[in-house]
Amino acid sequence: MIAVLFFAASAMAGVEFQSADVRALQADDFANPGMLWVTKGERAWREPVATGAACQSCHGEASKSMKGVAAAYPKFDATIGRVVNLDERIEACRRVNQKAPALPAESEERLVLSAFVAHQSRGLPIQVSIDGLAKATFDRGAALYFTRAGQLNLACTHCHDRAWGKTLLNETISQGQPEGWPAYRLEWQSLASLQRRLRACFYGVRAEQPPFGDPDLVALELYLAHRAKGLPMSVPGVRR
Amino acid sequence: MMNGRLQVPPSVKKGEPFEVRVLMQHPMETGFRRDMNGKAIPTNIVNQVRVTLAGSELFSAELGTGLSANPYLAFYAMADASGELVVEWSDDRGEKGRMAAQVTVA
Ligand code: HEC
Ligand code: HEC
Repeated sequence: MIAVLFFAASAMAGVEFQSADVRALQADDFANPGMLWVTKGERAWREPVATGAACQSCHGEASKSMKGVAAAYPKFDATIGRVVNLDERIEACRRVNQKAPALPAESEERLVLSAFVAHQSRGLPIQVSIDGLAKATFDRGAALYFTRAGQLNLACTHCHDRAWGKTLLNETISQGQPEGWPAYRLEWQSLASLQRRLRACFYGVRAEQPPFGDPDLVALELYLAHRAKGLPMSVPGVRR
Repeated sequence: MMNGRLQVPPSVKKGEPFEVRVLMQHPMETGFRRDMNGKAIPTNIVNQVRVTLAGSELFSAELGTGLSANPYLAFYAMADASGELVVEWSDDRGEKGRMAAQVTVA
């Protein structure tokens, strides 16, 4: 409990654990490669699709209508009937309101939209609800976070609470905060979702990776967001 | 048409150098990597970049495999009169990109 309190009071953004050149790249709005995806997302926001109206024609200027939206996700959605992350919420909107065909998880078309929408919350504090209908999902996420997994038999907490600041295979372990995601990862040479990052952590401990969209990944995302309460969003982050 | 970003200052002074920044979205496949099934991924890099200002060429460059994905270029240029700065590029597969920005001599 003491550790948790101490921890909550000192959440540190992931970028602070990166080298000086990576920090500079994230801070440079032009050279940050993640901005390529954001720019594409902005175009997609304004353009009508074959099957329906543009996002903009219903939602107006994203800088107003989407400001702060990402900071409140994952969130329980009454229509969908479960806790969804931002990417799933947008996908639902595409399918219902644009009558558009489903896009595969982690496809560029999906990433550009979630990156663009999340970018509108830059600088705003993460603030999710874990009460009511979100409670069960939050509890599941919290349990998973502390459950050992994989051949290395480690839980998230072993690395991201007890070992942050230490080095693992040339990488400095951070607190595992979600505020910069979707982020551009230099190793992957691409923008990537938080779920892809979490899957990499599962792989890292030699555990079976949950598929994209798995409820356990969304539950972990909700737990991470609550744990990051108050941390300012910084999408697109840049990571090694 | 390939995706990219181009930045010039909002206004420049006649005959004085100004910075131009270019970011291109491209995998820059070296030809040395293999896919999940062990098959070689063919080389595909941005091989040509051409920059013009008000129709006349500032420079053109042939790029090699040494650049990382999503290459970033920055260079200095000078202008005597306002005009459109155009960056055009193409890759090994024949795909093209084009971006333009207005350079205003104040
Ligand atoms: C063996 C240690 C280890 C374990 C266990 C582990 N991770 Fe990670 N994780 C890393 C490393 C290394 C990175 C990349 C460097 C960094 O940002 O921490 C990382 C990155 C992350 C990031 C991105 C942080 C950022 O700012 O970019 C998040 C979020 C994260 N992990 C969450 C989790 C969750 C949730 C779990 C449990 C399912 C988990 N990790 C388990 C080592 C671990
Ligand atoms: C035909 C109108 C329409 C179109 C087109 C549309 N949406 Fe929506 N969107 C809605 C409605 C209605 C809601 C539900 C509002 C509510 O629940 O308060 C919504 C909700 C959302 C939300 C959740 C907002 C929140 O506060 O949690 C997001 C994010 C979103 N849309 C993104 C998009 C994106 C991105 C596109 C384009 C790919 C898009 N929408 C296209 C009508 C539309």
